[in-house]
Amino acid sequence: MEKKILFLQGNEACVEGALYAGLDFFAGYPITPSTEIAEQMSFRLPKIGGKFIQMEDEISSVCAIIGASLAGHKVMTATSGPGFSLMQEALGYAIMTEIPCVIVNVQRGGPSTGLPTSVSQGDVNQARWGTHGDHAIIALTASNHQDVFLMTVEAFNLAETYRTPVILLFDEVVAHMRERLVVPEKDEVSLVHRLRTSVKEGVDYHPYLPREDGRLPMSDFGGVHRYNVTGLFHDMWGFPSSNPGVVQGLLRHLMDKINNNTNRINRFKKYDLDDAEVVLISYGSSARSALHVVQNRRPRGERLGLLELQTLWPFPFDVVRDVCRNARFVLVVEMNMGQALQSVKLAVDEPGKVFLANRIDGSFITPTDIRNVLRVIQGKGV
Amino acid sequence: MPVKDYIRERFFPHLWCPGCGHGIVLNALIRAIEKLGLSKNEIAMVSGIGCSSRISGYVDFHTLHTIHGRALAFATGLKLGLPSLNVIVPMGDGDALAIGGNHFIHAARRNIEMTAIIMNNRIYGMTGGQYSPLSGYGTMATTAPFSNIDHDFDVVDLSIAAGATFVARTTTFHVHQLIDILQQAILHEGFSVVEVLSQCPTYFGRKNKMGSAADMMTHYKDQTTPIGSKAKKENPALIERGVFVQKEMPEYCKEYDKIIERAMGRSESTPIS
Ligand SMILES: Cc1ncc(C[n+]2csc(CCOP(=O)(O)OP(=O)(O)O)c2C)c(N)n1
Ligand code: SF4
Ligand SMILES: [Mg+2]
Repeated sequence: MEKKILFLQGNEACVEGALYAGLDFFAGYPITPSTEIAEQMSFRLPKIGGKFIQMEDEISSVCAIIGASLAGHKVMTATSGPGFSLMQEALGYAIMTEIPCVIVNVQRGGPSTGLPTSVSQGDVNQARWGTHGDHAIIALTASNHQDVFLMTVEAFNLAETYRTPVILLFDEVVAHMRERLVVPEKDEVSLVHRLRTSVKEGVDYHPYLPREDGRLPMSDFGGVHRYNVTGLFHDMWGFPSSNPGVVQGLLRHLMDKINNNTNRINRFKKYDLDDAEVVLISYGSSARSALHVVQNRRPRGERLGLLELQTLWPFPFDVVRDVCRNARFVLVVEMNMGQALQSVKLAVDEPGKVFLANRIDGSFITPTDIRNVLRVIQGKGV
Repeated sequence: MPVKDYIRERFFPHLWCPGCGHGIVLNALIRAIEKLGLSKNEIAMVSGIGCSSRISGYVDFHTLHTIHGRALAFATGLKLGLPSLNVIVPMGDGDALAIGGNHFIHAARRNIEMTAIIMNNRIYGMTGGQYSPLSGYGTMATTAPFSNIDHDFDVVDLSIAAGATFVARTTTFHVHQLIDILQQAILHEGFSVVEVLSQCPTYFGRKNKMGSAADMMTHYKDQTTPIGSKAKKENPALIERGVFVQKEMPEYCKEYDKIIERAMGRSESTPIS
């Protein structure tokens, strides 16, 4: 069979990935630069018997997908900075109640209404710390449409595996740029389906008792097991509890199930890193310019390499430390004031050799921008 | 089925104060469900945060205790995701109409089938007695120490204006009427609103010198009257009780099923118009 090849926007690649992963419920509220996702969903979902609803705001959108997930659906919402800010309380609820869902944030310039139609990567730390309280989170990103597709499928897989919300942190350039997507054939990319309990009717089902492998089998609302779901600290039945042992146990479980699996959740790409003297670290659309610099300079004998991050959270500290060990310089390339930079500095043995090439004016960071910073670091003058 | 079979005994004792009206609502709701003969597996209760919202923990249904003000938004996703569920959404007055006011009017406008119960004690009970959008002008609260200058909503008028297709009001004193109204509301195919005046002796009662819980319930008896009664004509200050609106309108989930049929009938090449 011939492969299906499409020429489309990143937002549409995300839609394709979500549908491939089995998405059948979407709720959202329009906001640039994510709106095309909602528009496409309203057209595509009813065709496969799925459901789309435009809610009254982003708060209700994320609440609605959490509700639908409990009914057994694979669910997603999509937004941008202002809407993502509104979603934070319910995001914490999904973390606490361990309800799988996917939240897309197509980043634009912030804070506030900021730059609605311009690119930014300023929400990296918000994705990590936006909701209150100690918690762990998974956030993925991508620099091209093939990877937007794959990371979207990954997001659904990880959401089901770890019973957690997963954030897809795209940016305006990737979202609105058009390029080729080769749609994988059915079964080419493996999918994780919802793990449902095998406990029979009438037997006590514990919605919050992890199996030996750490996974928690679910039971759909409307099924034979009736249980309680609450954002309060709760015991294995879902009953509220303020027992210190229960509280501590649950919080540790929520952190450990993700942090202890960092190596499994980690997605990244390595380019020319083996002998690299200068290691570039980038992600999202910025990584396209960074890769261009590496590919352009290598033939001239400059030993540059690139680590492209696709999992931003949990941050791949070990991988970063490893690839930076022998580097003279590390250059983090991103479109913000240095958000991934902070984590990279934490990761490496010598933080003093880590520099930032960034742009914060709504313009896309170009290879020239990166080269200019490289020249300064390398003492070649401006 | 006896009432006890609908509750989760493991969850008791409940956290409500002695004399709180919310327990009466719980009792009436269970009796209404029992009379309708619904199976526990087909009922989902979705609530927010507040003393009233704790009701969901005590019943043996599929229960979702969510975040303050957003119960109807969660319920909308759950219902659209599984339209065969009977969805019941008990809310406090602050939960439903302050922080959750926007979700309330939009759920009513969509006419999505679910039963919204507003347990109106005219106060924020859970946080200790601050005024709510239903406290009303001239009342006292911990955040209105010199008396409240906020005007209140009329829940019935608001619900009707927002498009709810079943709207009723009663009180914790009128338990038989409450059971009857709840039955009708649950059976109604559309968005139904039941406002229940429910006493909070601990805060609203104490702050406003309303006496004991029994005094507050007697007050409900004296200050309310059936819709269109002679007493109402003579004394317009009386609050009317009963079913104000009950009408048929296309229900949201059923309408969406038609969208699916339309979308599936179309060929893939049809452009989006
Ligand atoms: C976002 C958010 N804001 C504030 C609160 C604090 N809070 C909890 S319950 C409540 C009000 C409860 O009043 P009401 O909804 O009338 O219910 P009642 O307790 O009176 O039954 C408030 C303000 C919260 N939990 N979440
Ligand atoms: S504070 Fe008021 S509303 Fe809350 S339980 Fe006590 S009496 Fe009921
Ligand atoms: Mg109240």
